[in-house]
Amino acid sequence: MTEISLESGLIIAAVLFVTGLAGVMIRRNIMFILMSMEIMLNAAGLAFVFAGSFWGMPDGQVMFIFILAVAAAEVSVGLALIILVYHHFRTLDISKLDNLKEK
Amino acid sequence: MNTLFIISTIVMLFSSVMVITRKNAVHALLYLGVSFLSAALIFYLAGAPFIAILEIIIYAGAIMTLFVFVVMMLNMGTPLRRKEKNWMRLSGWLGPVILTIILLTEILIIFIRPPFSFHQLLFISPQDVGFTLITKYILAVELTGMLLMAGIIGAYHLGKREKKAIHRYLEQINK
Repeated sequence: MTEISLESGLIIAAVLFVTGLAGVMIRRNIMFILMSMEIMLNAAGLAFVFAGSFWGMPDGQVMFIFILAVAAAEVSVGLALIILVYHHFRTLDISKLDNLKEK
Repeated sequence: MNTLFIISTIVMLFSSVMVITRKNAVHALLYLGVSFLSAALIFYLAGAPFIAILEIIIYAGAIMTLFVFVVMMLNMGTPLRRKEKNWMRLSGWLGPVILTIILLTEILIIFIRPPFSFHQLLFISPQDVGFTLITKYILAVELTGMLLMAGIIGAYHLGKREKKAIHRYLEQINK
């Protein structure tokens, strides 16, 4: 039995998720948007682990392991794309990266 | 132990807010690392020590390192500070922050609504986690392996430089 309760854990996960969401919405640099998405993924994993510990089943931690793997794959491919974008457009401002093909 | 939980929660929330408000990318990454470390501490206090160590190794150790390397490669630290300062004006972030605060209030109301009671969390040992992974979630483990393989191949292919038709030296001579 740990001293943390489920409700406080879920509240923390919610606040963290909302922080990441605000970061995704207010930043213009795509690197910061990726960082805020990592915060959101971490918050979702936090909620999973707390829920799993509440029911006494290891499924919550298993879900977190999968979230970790998905986040790692997404970050690697996303950063490779960001490097390509930077080499091509010379900017990381998302309001300038709004065309699919150059004219 | 409740004190430890409160302290690590404050550290995590504070560093997450600092991540989204910094102008220097390297500073934001350092705060992100602190956020992951405090999340690992919270995992340990919640009865999930295996996940705490995994978070440190993979999240703070591999994913953060990727970010740091790309930020260093694109030279995003000090030169971009002025641009970031121009991008973060009050008109830009006031609306989304108000909306997210509304969402946060709603979700807090849902969690604290009566009937409200504190439910305790149990300790899950790594043996249980490993056993469940191998027996119940074996399909998902295999699919995760395929996903990571696809990620490796995609990242390699995207990061490959295209081969030049003529050598750099010949290009320079012909200029």
